Amino acid sequence: MKPSPFDYVRATNLTEALALLERHGEQAQILAGGQTLIATLNMRLSAPDWLIDITRIPGLSGITLTETHLVIGALTTHREIERSALVAQYAPLLGQAAPHIAHAAIRNSGTIGGSIAFADPAAEWPACCVALDARFVIQALSGERRVSARTFFRGLYDTDRAAHEIITAIEIPRERAPRRSVFMELARRHGDYAIVGVALLGRVDQGRLSDVAIGYVGAGATPLLAQGAMAALEGQAADADVLARAKAALAQDLDPSGDLYNSPATKRHLAAVLLERAVKQLLA
Amino acid sequence: MTLPEAEITLTVNGRSVRRRVEPRQHLIDFLREGLDLTGSHVGCEHGVCGACTVRVDGRIVRGCLMLAVQAAGCSVETIEGVSESGELADLQSAFHQRNALQCGYCTPGMLLCAAELLETTPNATRAQIREHISGNYCRCTGYQAIVDAIETTLTARRAGRTAD
Amino acid sequence: MTARLPCPIPAHADLAPGADPTVVTRGHIGSPDPRPNARRLLQGRGTYIDDLRVPRLAHVVFLRSPHAHARILKIDSSTASRAPGVLGVFDGPAIAAICKPWVGVLAHLKGIKSAEQYPLAIERACWQGEPVVAIVAETRAQAEDARELIEVQWEVLPAITDMDASLAGDPVLHPELGDNICFERSVDTGGIDEVFAQADVVVEETFQFGRHTGVCPEGRSILADYNAAEHSLLVHHSTQAPHMIHDVLARHFDIPEAQVRVLCHDVGGAYGIKVHVYPDEICTVATSILLRRPVKFVADRMESFVSDIHAREHKATVRLAARHDGTILGIDLRDLTAIGPYSMYPRTSGIEGNQVVNLTGGPYRHQHYRAHMQAVFTNKNVTCQYRAVGHPIAVAITEGIVDLAAERLGIDPAEFRRRNLIPDDAYPYAFPSGVRFEQLSHQQCLDRLLELMDYEHLRADQAAARARGCYRGIGLAAMIEVTNPSAAFYGVGGARISSQDGATVRLEPTGALTVLCSVTEQGQGTETVFAQIAADVLGVSMERVRVITGDTAATPYGGGTWGSRGAGIGGEAVLQSARALRAQVLDAAAAILSCDKAQLDIAQDAVIDRLSGQTRLSLAELGRICYYRPDTLPAGFQSELVATRHYVPRDYAFAFTNGIQASWVEVDIETGFVQLLGHWCVEDCGTVINPLLVDEQIRGGVVQGLGAALLEECCYDDQGQMLNAHLGDYLVPMALEMPDIVCAHVQTPTRTSELGAKGAGEAGTAGAPAAVMNAINDALRPLAARVTAQPFTPERILAALGRV
Repeated sequence: MKPSPFDYVRATNLTEALALLERHGEQAQILAGGQTLIATLNMRLSAPDWLIDITRIPGLSGITLTETHLVIGALTTHREIERSALVAQYAPLLGQAAPHIAHAAIRNSGTIGGSIAFADPAAEWPACCVALDARFVIQALSGERRVSARTFFRGLYDTDRAAHEIITAIEIPRERAPRRSVFMELARRHGDYAIVGVALLGRVDQGRLSDVAIGYVGAGATPLLAQGAMAALEGQAADADVLARAKAALAQDLDPSGDLYNSPATKRHLAAVLLERAVKQLLA
Repeated sequence: MTLPEAEITLTVNGRSVRRRVEPRQHLIDFLREGLDLTGSHVGCEHGVCGACTVRVDGRIVRGCLMLAVQAAGCSVETIEGVSESGELADLQSAFHQRNALQCGYCTPGMLLCAAELLETTPNATRAQIREHISGNYCRCTGYQAIVDAIETTLTARRAGRTAD
Repeated sequence: MTARLPCPIPAHADLAPGADPTVVTRGHIGSPDPRPNARRLLQGRGTYIDDLRVPRLAHVVFLRSPHAHARILKIDSSTASRAPGVLGVFDGPAIAAICKPWVGVLAHLKGIKSAEQYPLAIERACWQGEPVVAIVAETRAQAEDARELIEVQWEVLPAITDMDASLAGDPVLHPELGDNICFERSVDTGGIDEVFAQADVVVEETFQFGRHTGVCPEGRSILADYNAAEHSLLVHHSTQAPHMIHDVLARHFDIPEAQVRVLCHDVGGAYGIKVHVYPDEICTVATSILLRRPVKFVADRMESFVSDIHAREHKATVRLAARHDGTILGIDLRDLTAIGPYSMYPRTSGIEGNQVVNLTGGPYRHQHYRAHMQAVFTNKNVTCQYRAVGHPIAVAITEGIVDLAAERLGIDPAEFRRRNLIPDDAYPYAFPSGVRFEQLSHQQCLDRLLELMDYEHLRADQAAARARGCYRGIGLAAMIEVTNPSAAFYGVGGARISSQDGATVRLEPTGALTVLCSVTEQGQGTETVFAQIAADVLGVSMERVRVITGDTAATPYGGGTWGSRGAGIGGEAVLQSARALRAQVLDAAAAILSCDKAQLDIAQDAVIDRLSGQTRLSLAELGRICYYRPDTLPAGFQSELVATRHYVPRDYAFAFTNGIQASWVEVDIETGFVQLLGHWCVEDCGTVINPLLVDEQIRGGVVQGLGAALLEECCYDDQGQMLNAHLGDYLVPMALEMPDIVCAHVQTPTRTSELGAKGAGEAGTAGAPAAVMNAINDALRPLAARVTAQPFTPERILAALGRV
């Protein structure tokens, strides 16, 4: 199928893009990497009047380091993140997750900002950002604001971003000594959206875990922070009892809905299996 | 009702082209319908099958997930271009010798996808080859011959000689 | 290409009395020659339907029923008709006015019934995806824009989606048919109840198979170009059977056969999907006639999922009776399959179930067999013949129950098979169901497989893995496959489907050869195989052979490519026509050289002296003289440098082939994920003309079977809505999860042809699902878990393990 007709404008700077968004409101959609949007246009699942292409706006791409944060421009592609030495050093979790995102040609075009804005609960970046306690820089004509990833995702494909706003960057807190991290997901074919996935961060000191953060992919309407499991693991040596408590806590933490091939119960089971495996790998 | 149109200028296989396009036309339809470059194929139009893989500014993309208007100012390369330049002659020859294609519909996309691996990962293992091409659907071969042909080309390039 | 000494196959007349005609001296035959026609595909120079450039081309799209079953109350297309670029909007009655309806039945499938079907639904739509309105516009996008402006008032009717409910017959989908049973068939050798009553052990299992579809990389495509001036029809079609389509179009549109031409260019995958008559494709032709201009239809991916035929939705309960020593005494089968709302035209939707009955238990030597199969109508997409028709079902049923019997008796599955496979010296052999085998090689294939996979080593590895909590399994699947189908397949049932094929071979003035054959090419390499055969017989080099297929105005008449018949039937036609031409060339050479024909032979592109091997006359010189200076030939001699021959198997209904596969898997018992560690296939397809091509075809077939086992299913809800009509959700096999596959051959040439080739197209797909199923169940055996419903998803495996 071919998309319904729409008009297209390539914004040359952020102010222009924001002004266009203000003018066209709900009739406009932002075109970033386009790897999800254009597929939905091709299926006529979405039929905006306007596409506002922000990909040529200077300054929205690239990975930099500030005193306090690792800053990833919204238009940075999955591929750039996958290969970034800065990411490998300061947020290795993202480098671990990147290879799971679709395939090479998609990673060359898809952007982290687009993935965050689309907010697919089965996508990798949102869950990683929740686990990393990242914040998103959101720009409107009226000004800039920052929102924690942990409050940004409100419901299925529903976020704190208003239609007239653009995500410009993802800021990940810098840690003096970055935590260890593990990213794991279960997909029946490489590159597919995962049945369920886990992003685990933590420190290991003499066998005990600390500063534990656990984000889940595909385990609810939004990317989820598994707070119960985090609490169960925090400060503990991950022996069988602790792992059992952490896995049990997932019952409260997660709220997966079924998909074509997996019931909620299956997803819960797989989420628990992944947690145990991720913790063991973190400790290894 | 007049539909929106835009004029774009871009480089395709080394030549500058200027055309008027509807913004809704994706790159692969533009290449096929607008420029008669029918070597790249439409397989699913939802970004899954990889038959429409082409290069934009040196990187492979899904031609169905990029609009023609987005390619304004870009350099696009298709199977026709890389065949003419001879850039993939060794890979194409390895595919031929190994019979790494049957119906041939996925082949141009598969070749361009593989070409990126040849450039970026000269020491790729079989598993890495399989992973890299895992976004390109082939229904005929079972993939093994394709993996073999890419592996042969990697080995030959590493040895500093061509496969044929 | 490396130089090769041509060793022509001796002409038939040269054979010594009693010589085995299947033993041929080989040059190109048997050699792994790369495909010459692959070169253009590698440079993007293939010609698929959507690549054609035709003046005044219009594009058709279809409004399809969103409901599984609904009455069409009203169609309002007034706005759509006026939309930009729209050339015509047509409903069912408008198309029916110029196209006769059809009913997909065959006389030899006794009792098969179906309802009349039109290109577009009239009054009632019977599956989600059935075409209802055709919209033709100057561009595809415009046609799609206009489609959104059409308003259809529907009255939704109850949908029959469950095959047991369909069998119960409430409601009856086509009231005029009386019930929902499209076709049923029984086989009973007699005495089965007694055998089961007296058996030492009886095992029973129910196997379920999800619906699949072929997912051709190139969607179904047709470009119809009706020429009103001469009432002629040129159709470019992505099809496997151009002559069949030619005949259908001529008859249903009342166009004289001679005024129809079907051209088949490169085909982007077919696998049985493109051998049927589809309503939307026929409608495309109708719109070309009505609009008097060329019209193109290319199925997009989403509509392909609800309009390409589906296959394989079966539920089969099977029982096996055996003695303590493992001897299989009898098999009792009950199979139920749902085929959608209509039997597909013209091949019918009864063949798959029929094949399951024919093939179940086929490799084994039990003498008692009873089977009952019913194919019922449902409000889902139509099913029909897809690669390895019925084989994956029959092989899974057979090999699943065989493994269960072996387990119950404590006999190693390889040993159990060795005891029961028909011995290689037992042929010719008649299977209890009635089919006859010329010569199979089950025991040799089993030996070769066990050696190839190092069975004992894998068993040791499996035991070691289990000791460390890792669950690995080995699955075997022996199989028989129907290939080289004769007229028994369709022709005897009244279908105008040719089982014979023809080839014309012509010597050109330069000494080159042109081969025209009615068998088509979809990438399997048929054109290459034909070139190899012609090159060998005529002593010319491969580079000098051009092969033309896929043009009903040019090639001999024939069936096309389906049912593993390209090499076996088309190849034999090429062999015979090349032989005839060879004799004619020698006649011409003898006339030119004024010598006895018996002194001459052909080799290396020249006529040579038979004894000394000296070149007497190049074929180019012969061509020059015969075509340009016939005045110099002896008076009264007319050279004939073209020959045509046809071939159809007559002695057997099919050339059965046999083979065996093995799968080696690891099951993650916590996640239910299956990793394919290895796969082996030993196949006996008779004479292997080109091992490079055969092996890749088998590997591709294996991967289709692996997709069936682990990934693929057309998922429907109870309202008859397909839930995964999208390539992101219908999971086809991709490269990373697939294993390397080891292929080997045992060659038992069929004596029904000189070439001795049988088909290889079904082998991989036929056996792979059963091998994987048995491997998974072998891995799970210590945990007393079994899976029997394909595809074996993680969830199904976890459920079998009691973990979810």
